[in-house]
Amino acid sequence: MQAKTSVKTAGSSARKAKAEPRSSEEAPASARGNIHPGSLLSSNDLDLAKINSILALADELETENPIKRAERLFKRRVSLLFYESSTRTRTSFELAAKALGSDTSLVSALSSSIEKGESLKDTGITLKALGAECIILRSPYSGAPYLLAKETGLPILNGGDGMHEHPSQALLDLRTMLSRLKLGSKVTEKTLEGVTVTICGDIFHSRVARSNALLLPKLGARVILSGPQPLLPEIAGQIAPNLTIERDFNKALDQSQIVMMLRIQAERLAGLSLDLEEYKLRYQANAERIAAHAPKAVILHPGPMIRGLEITSDVADGPQSAIAEQVHHGLAVRMALIQRALGARSLKGAKR
Amino acid sequence: MKPILIRGGHLIDPASGVDALRDVLLVDGKVAAVDAPGKIKNGDADVIDAKGLVVAPGLVDIHVHLREPGQGYKETIATGTAAAAAGGFTSVCAMPNTTPVNDSAETTRWMLSPERNAAIRVFPIAAATRGSMGESLTEYTSLKAAGAVGVTDDGKPILGEAIMREALTAAARLNLPVIQHAEDTRMTGGCSMNAGPVAFRLGLRGMTVEAESSLVERDLRLLAQVKDSRAHLHVAHLSTKAALDAVRKARRNGLRATCEVAPHHFVLNEEAVGQYDTHAKMNPPLRAEADRAAMIEGIIDGSVDCIATDHAPHAAHEKEQEFERAPNGITGLESALGLTIATLHGKHKLPISRIIALLSTQPANVLALRGRGTLAIGAFADVVIFNPTAQWTFKAAESKSKSKNTPFDGWTMQGQVQMTISEGRVVYKRG
Ligand SMILES: [Zn+2]
Repeated sequence: MQAKTSVKTAGSSARKAKAEPRSSEEAPASARGNIHPGSLLSSNDLDLAKINSILALADELETENPIKRAERLFKRRVSLLFYESSTRTRTSFELAAKALGSDTSLVSALSSSIEKGESLKDTGITLKALGAECIILRSPYSGAPYLLAKETGLPILNGGDGMHEHPSQALLDLRTMLSRLKLGSKVTEKTLEGVTVTICGDIFHSRVARSNALLLPKLGARVILSGPQPLLPEIAGQIAPNLTIERDFNKALDQSQIVMMLRIQAERLAGLSLDLEEYKLRYQANAERIAAHAPKAVILHPGPMIRGLEITSDVADGPQSAIAEQVHHGLAVRMALIQRALGARSLKGAKR
Repeated sequence: MKPILIRGGHLIDPASGVDALRDVLLVDGKVAAVDAPGKIKNGDADVIDAKGLVVAPGLVDIHVHLREPGQGYKETIATGTAAAAAGGFTSVCAMPNTTPVNDSAETTRWMLSPERNAAIRVFPIAAATRGSMGESLTEYTSLKAAGAVGVTDDGKPILGEAIMREALTAAARLNLPVIQHAEDTRMTGGCSMNAGPVAFRLGLRGMTVEAESSLVERDLRLLAQVKDSRAHLHVAHLSTKAALDAVRKARRNGLRATCEVAPHHFVLNEEAVGQYDTHAKMNPPLRAEADRAAMIEGIIDGSVDCIATDHAPHAAHEKEQEFERAPNGITGLESALGLTIATLHGKHKLPISRIIALLSTQPANVLALRGRGTLAIGAFADVVIFNPTAQWTFKAAESKSKSKNTPFDGWTMQGQVQMTISEGRVVYKRG
């Protein structure tokens, strides 16, 4: 029952009314309609305490004896539900789950193991009935992980949803930055103070950009978004604090310690009547530009890269590039997320 | 049918300028007498004690989707009108986006057949173009003769200038309004909420204000070109300040332009989408806070002609989908009065008589529903009796609609319907 007031005008009250459990005993964390606390759907879900515990767990798991590590989630069941193809993210999550000893099952739209026309809700309920304890979801629809989390009550890890978010990518990017900048893995709201991160490219369509733009300012980083108008609307600057837009990529580079290049899809440029050659001229990370404007910056790319378009090989494979390290940090972060999702306590007693 | 005498209530009938204690006698489906308390003899009438309650002309909703023919799993004319009666409505205007589209006199008559078991009066609004395809006009004369009270391609806006001009011209000859769902769909492909920072953060493509306002401006320009003083454009579910300003300006220039606003557009803003709540997905979308506030302002200053719910029932499985895949729309008939009183009277101090005007008198006028929206002697005996101060909790599960897709489940409402009378028959009584 709501408080005896007149109707509230703010939208949040509608959510509040819906989200309120009937009674605390009646509504365990896994009940339908509630999101399991082991889920990771958005960078917004992460406060500093959670970021620290995930990073600590990643450190612990990475250095652990592999045989001992594989006992942690021995025979636990993790499902990977992929409605979009993704070699990198899927393999990373799958290897992470297996490294902890869990059984994984891949359900992919491409292998047509998803029944034609079956709803996400029904697929989720079926996977749960088959014993899935955690689902890693990749969907072309923004917000799909919320639906799956609410309908199944299972811990859900967002492996990328539409144009919304890719939070495990932001965590692995963060771990890569901390490692390259030698900042350790214990973070505070000041850890990245004085650090400027430029994210360049198709911000509008990028879930990686959103997850990073929401995560990094929590640690004090300044984030610059750079790209041409159609791929970077002005409103992008309003989604988080400490976010600015700089359309001149060179000026953005001049200020940056970290540069994150995003994949550009040529079809999208065509649809927006942007000239590919002009794009390269203004926004490509190539050796000359990096040498002139960001000779010491760490270069990141979430992959898959289109060499010769947003980034050239000499930069991608050069000494400033941390692209290969990102893959390795991805495995550690995803092990931590799966362990956290399945609720098993860290052996050293770190809380999830 | 026995006469009904409503005793001791506070009669609010803006059309006849009454806002006082009055008894009302209903005989043979019409209002037979209105007089000071105690003046009307009981006779053989059933007496209803309305002490402490407001007695008003039954509410009129000129924008509902009753889903019949063809989509009976969402709603039927019987269930939709039962929900309407529970919400205090005695007249509803049914939109033509059914299966098939109501673009013929035959379908219009089918909807009006007694076999549909409507609890209250249904007024079909027919398609403005064949199949709502925007290419050729439907037969306005025969549609009107069959009972249609307006024409629209709701949900599939009429984009072509020539066909819109033709529609306005043809409808004017019959004194019918053309009702436009103002959305330039060339600008809204793939969009599922209002454009702005919230949509950007959620990774959803947004519908801009311009997609609504530019089409309203275009339609008003066409309306001005039609040299017939009967030409009438009605803007459905108007949701932006820019579009409202365009309507204001056109009216100052003497054009016959009217508009309606839905309760959700003056109660909620885009933040209600929250974590992809499909019960906050409708078209037009919930807008920015400034636009929500502008709707309130427009209602209070009289720029908005009426409140209409855009009652749009959908089955649970349709709304339990990814946000971008879920259909647009929410139910609205049973929450309209409670939300309107709580917001406009409770918060903004608008008198109850203005609220009756917005929910009954004025919508009846917009579509020229004769004898509706008033309790003058001789008018239809369409009455709502409600307690204007009662606060209550709206529970979607208890709704009489077949569908429960509402963002207002669990909300506190003000103003509770006690009884609804349609043409002299009690069609709803609070249990
Ligand atoms: Zn509409």
